[in-house]
Amino acid sequence: MLGAMLQEAWRAMGANRLRTLLTMLGMVIGVGAVVLMMAIGQGAQYAVAQTISTMGSNIFVVLSGYTSVGGVRSGSGSAPTLTVVDAEAIAELDGVELVAPVHMGSVQMVYGSNNWNVWVMGSTPPFFDARSWALADGTVFTDSDVRAATRVAVIGKTAASNLFGEENPVGKTFRIGQAPFTVLGVLAPKGQNLEGRDQDDVLVMPITTAQRKVFGTPFQGSARQLLVKASSGEAMPAVEKGIEALLRQRHRLRDSADNDFTIRNLTAVADTAAETTRVMSLLLGAIASVSLLVGGIGIMNIMLVSVTERTREIGIRMAIGARERDILAQFLLEAVIISVIGCAIGLVLGIGGAALANQLAKMTVVVSGSSVLTAFGVAAGVGIFFGFYPARKAARLDPIEALRYQ
Amino acid sequence: MEEAVIRVEGLYKDYDTPAGPFSALKDVDLAILPGEFVAIMGPSGSGKSTFMNILGCLDRPTAGKYFLAGRDVAALDKDETARLRNRTIGFVFQGFNLLPRMNLTDNVALPLVYSAISHDERRARAQAMLEKVGLGGYAHSLPNRISGGQQQRVAIARALVNDPRLVLADEPTGNLDSHTGEEIMGVFNALNEEGITVVLITHEADIAAHARRQVRFLDGRVVHDAPTQPHRRPPSEASQRHPLPGEGGREEGALC
Repeated sequence: MLGAMLQEAWRAMGANRLRTLLTMLGMVIGVGAVVLMMAIGQGAQYAVAQTISTMGSNIFVVLSGYTSVGGVRSGSGSAPTLTVVDAEAIAELDGVELVAPVHMGSVQMVYGSNNWNVWVMGSTPPFFDARSWALADGTVFTDSDVRAATRVAVIGKTAASNLFGEENPVGKTFRIGQAPFTVLGVLAPKGQNLEGRDQDDVLVMPITTAQRKVFGTPFQGSARQLLVKASSGEAMPAVEKGIEALLRQRHRLRDSADNDFTIRNLTAVADTAAETTRVMSLLLGAIASVSLLVGGIGIMNIMLVSVTERTREIGIRMAIGARERDILAQFLLEAVIISVIGCAIGLVLGIGGAALANQLAKMTVVVSGSSVLTAFGVAAGVGIFFGFYPARKAARLDPIEALRYQ
Repeated sequence: MEEAVIRVEGLYKDYDTPAGPFSALKDVDLAILPGEFVAIMGPSGSGKSTFMNILGCLDRPTAGKYFLAGRDVAALDKDETARLRNRTIGFVFQGFNLLPRMNLTDNVALPLVYSAISHDERRARAQAMLEKVGLGGYAHSLPNRISGGQQQRVAIARALVNDPRLVLADEPTGNLDSHTGEEIMGVFNALNEEGITVVLITHEADIAAHARRQVRFLDGRVVHDAPTQPHRRPPSEASQRHPLPGEGGREEGALC
């Protein structure tokens, strides 16, 4: 029975090949678009997840306050309200794993005939752990380097390749102004951060060196930022409250005064970014689904035409013993075959398109098995859903009227 | 008394037309026994086609009873009447009504598809039927490649393929020239001699003369019902040229 019906459906589809192919094309485009969009959306989610994992987990950044001169308020970090001693106090709080004070700015570094403007981060050894930043080569500076403000640095991959080219930077000496600095190590690459800035274009040195010998900061022992790593995600809310209370107490702020610092939860930022890409991915899928819907309507349209054209045939079949469900199944099968074949072609094109986007546009794409299965299931569903009405119309024809139809 | 294949009692069929209600059949009583060969005659609008549609379980009467092989058709649901059309009744139409995209074997085998019979057996039975109507060599032709008479033979083969007890033919020679018409009537004669009950509609007296009983409709009523005069019945040349092999062993009452 099924064999005969498949043969029948094939014959009916072959009777008007161009029409069948055009109907199928609707499904091809719909499924292709869904697969491609889901690949791009999931790729974006994957890329963001990768970026987030480079930030280090369970991190707070405490920013120092702003100055207010005659009502004109400068941005965060313009007043040196945070100190290295604050950092030491925070390190004593429950749930705090590491604290690293950071002082930053940009300088011009020179090596031989090369020079490069780089972002300097002055900090302490816990900085590398807090940022989960591994070394590609060499070593990091030590606490004694911090105490002695030695002229040593750990260099990021981008900065290293710009300044040293193909040479191995470890042990090399470069200059900032007239002062010589020794490269202790090279950081493992992290790529772009969420704002799109290259995290590897960086020079990390002891905070004391940065303040005294590079920037000549008047407020020595201050810090623009404190990097605080909580011991776990669950500890973060308590740690945030603890830091706030501690700093208000240490800075002797009255109850009515505003905080002279800002606590930023990087995990929350990351969650927002992940949520944004998730929504974008859903949106892409939703837009692509519209074309799938249009493809389904195309199938319904053509099946209705087909039922009208084959009215007489339906009458003949009924007269020789076809039951309503036989006629229903015949037309439904045809709709499902069209949509499933269209879906298969669409899958191939969608995956091909994703591969092309990856090759040509360097997009991160992820074609998951679940998105392929979903596309197939949806296509079969679309075939049944949009094929049902025409098929039922065929099955409900009055055989006498149908036989009389010219 | 032998049970009638067809028995109708007090049959009415009313239609609503723009000009008001119209009765196509008015109080029709008729019984057709197994093995009969009946011609239903009458001018157009006399109700004979309506009657045929009811006999074929394609339509239901407004009032009255219809027993097909002893079963009250009014009590059957749509699937059961489809089953009757499939296995108990064979239809032959004026316009042949073959499916144009299918070859002759597939056309003949079509009723078997709805009887859940295996592919190989469908093929074999369809081929046997084509041979029986003298078209064994055309199995893979398409219907538009053969003549009208040949198409009607294929339609007869299709009507017979599921071994029905009753063949209903609606103006089977209406689209054929008189010579071909005679040939087709020869085929019906041969079938009837095998024991199949044949009921055909015609408005041509020559064609009706092949039947053994003639029923005439006028304005929705049976106005004449009598055996055909024996001397008017011509010899069945066609059936001699295309001998139908005897089947025998047809089980009475094996309806479905």
